[in-house]
Formats: sequence, C-alpha cells, structure tokens
Amino acid sequence: MNGAHDMGGMHGFGPVEDEPVVPVFHGDWEKKAFALTLACGGLGQWSIDESRYARERQPPAQYLRNTYYEQWIEGLETMLVEKGLVTPEELRSGKADGPGRLSALPADRVFKALQQGSPYTREVDAPARFQIGDRVRVLNFHPTGHTRAPRYLRGHVGTVALYHGAHVFADTSAAGDRKTAHHLYNVSFESDELWGPDGQGGSVHADLWEPYLEPA
Amino acid sequence: MSDHDHHHHHDHDHDHEHPRLSELQLRVKALESLLVDKGLIDPAALDVFVDTYETKVGPRNGAQVVAKAWTDPGFKKWLMKDASAAIKSFGFEGRQGEHMVVLENTDDVHNLVVCTLCSCYPWPVLGLPPVWYKSAPYRARAVNDPRGVLADFGTELGDDVEIKVWDSTAELRYLVLPQRPTGTDGLSEEALADLVTRNSMIGVETLSYPAKSQDGQEAAE
Repeated sequence: MNGAHDMGGMHGFGPVEDEPVVPVFHGDWEKKAFALTLACGGLGQWSIDESRYARERQPPAQYLRNTYYEQWIEGLETMLVEKGLVTPEELRSGKADGPGRLSALPADRVFKALQQGSPYTREVDAPARFQIGDRVRVLNFHPTGHTRAPRYLRGHVGTVALYHGAHVFADTSAAGDRKTAHHLYNVSFESDELWGPDGQGGSVHADLWEPYLEPA
Repeated sequence: MSDHDHHHHHDHDHDHEHPRLSELQLRVKALESLLVDKGLIDPAALDVFVDTYETKVGPRNGAQVVAKAWTDPGFKKWLMKDASAAIKSFGFEGRQGEHMVVLENTDDVHNLVVCTLCSCYPWPVLGLPPVWYKSAPYRARAVNDPRGVLADFGTELGDDVEIKVWDSTAELRYLVLPQRPTGTDGLSEEALADLVTRNSMIGVETLSYPAKSQDGQEAAE
C-alpha cells in the first residue's frame, strides 16, 4: 500500500540525530511494547509480514506522529483482534471476558525461539527468470495490500546484482498465505536513474521478488 | 504537538516533553494485564525478551565478527561468501539475522544500510536498532541524500568514493565490514573489536585509531 511507512526519498523530516548504544529502551513502556509484541508473535498466529501490514494500515497522519514502539502497539492490538485472541471490548475495558484460546510461550523457551528465528528460504519449482547482470524494470503497480516494492523504485530500471534463492513472498504472506515463495534478487539502481539531476551518484540496492520485475 | 516538539522530543519519554507518555504507559500496562489474565503471555517471558537485547545481544557481537575478519583472511573469505554460516560460528544467529550478507567497505566503495519501509536490522550482530535508524529522517534521506546523512554523523567521504545504499526490503540482513583503521597493526583481535562502533557497521561512520570520542575529538592514547 502507498502508506506513510514508505518513506524513501521524502523531504522535510530534518536531520538524523545520533544516539548512544545504551539505553536500548527509553522507558519501561518501550520494554513492554517490545516484549509483548514478541511474546504474542510467539503464539504463531501471524507472520512478520502480517504484523508489518497491521502497522502500515494506520492513517498516515497517525503513523507519522507515532514514535516507533507506538507503531508496534497499534499493530499488536490490530493483530490480536483480527486473529480473535482478544475482543475489541476486552481491549476497551482491559478486562478479560474469558481465558485465551492459546497457551503462552513459556519463559524458558524464549531464548531458544529467538536463536532459531524463522528462515524464509523455500524450494520452488519454477526456474529463476533473471540472472545476475540482467537489466530489469520494477513494475509500475500500486496495490492496496502489503508490498515490499518501495514507491521510489517502481517504474525504474536496475541491474540484478545478487540472487538470494526463493523466499516467502511478503505480499501474499501479509494476507495470511505462508507458503507462496518466489525468487528473490538484489537489484542495483544508479542514483541518476532514481533521482535524475538531484541524485548524488552511487547506487541504491534493494531486494526484490520476481513478481515485482520485468525484463528491461 | 508543535513541529518543534515532534522533532526533538518524539522519542524521549520525560513527562514534561512527551504529553502522550502517561497515556501510553497506561495503555501498554492495560494490554499486558489483559494478556496475562487471558493466559496468552507468560510475564516471566517478557523479562527474558528485554534482558536478551539489553545485556546479551548487541553490537559487541558484530564487532567481534569484524575484528576476526580483519585478522583472519580465511574467515573473511568465508564471511564474504556465506555470511550466515560464518557469523553462526560465533553463536550469533536467529531472529532478524536468518539470512545475512556482509558488505565490505574499501577505498573505493562505501556501503550504507537502511530500511526505508520499516526498521529491518541485523539483530543477532547489532542488537536492536537505535531510534534514529527507525526514524523518518534516516529512512527518507538515506536513499536520496546519503552524503547529507553521513554529514549528520560527521562523516565525510571523498567525491571519488562510490556510495552504495542497501535498502533492506526483504528478509536479508546487511552488516557493513568497515575498513580497518591504519596504525592498528600490532593490536589484538580483542583490542580491534573495541574500536568497532555500531554506527560503522551500519555504514554511517568510518573508523579511526585512536578512536574518536563521542564529541568527535581525538581521544588521548
């Protein structure tokens, strides 16, 4: 979707302000927002793409106003309701109407779950359509669902720089399909191609799935 | 909230600076107690998540990988060819680092990593991302104003250095291998790791020896 999250190339946000390595969290509520999101993710009811899409669906003005962990809380509440783990009424009242339909991820399994992660590579039957060095164009498309093809790349031509194998396709994964996978390429775009005379030289690389691309 | 407040106070949580803070604290607390009541979360698990990224997993991990790549050519070759496996040999693996790629900075090429769409970041080697990495200014400008972003960090590169910006749009996670500073020939791997900053492994900083202190002045030897 063409949401406020798709920020590449926007102007007017001001300078980047550096920050020391510690503290990792700024206040207890950030710790809670982070840990609640991961703990609920551990229930296995949604993919990372569904959770990203839940954050992106906020009204743009709200997305831009929120701090980072507010996006996470928004997204988490959306997922909990959409997956039927809590009701909107429970969220409003803060009172449980009954026990949850799943059991919590126990503390003693957390570290192992983090260490295992969840690999996104899959086997696919179709041969890869593109080879390293091929010229490709990102489609001009504007889906209202989740996509990982940023607006600033759509319609532009680049060169396939790396091939990553087939990975779970974010666009369909965000709609609850955890099986569909497509070949994934790293594509290099010259600065002039993306920004014309306002570019600074050099290049931008992005990871793009095969359905985003056509031969150029 | 005024524009001024938005830029300057947006990510800090002092009551007087962040009018929504108490509302947020209450909201998160209410959500936590609801989820505990429903048996959907184990309160002890929350502490493990936080403790992992506050004390166990952070940029010291990545610094060890970099220092080894600087001192062991065989390891560096492995790291450039199969970063996930080479990094896993340290025990650094898992969530948000399942598929790793290492980008080597040289005299001619400088790599910079961003996630314009959200906040993708290589957790097992760098821990959780700093606020600025997740913020609008960085996500917006890294791709079209990389030299301006580098200048915000006090980093200046020659015009002849090619900047490659890597937008983390899928589940590949990128770690920059910064250039080893000159004058560090005699240093141990451990001492070298101490020179490697988080920012250098994102690509917003280059390294020098003796290390720069936080205000950008040369530290005493």
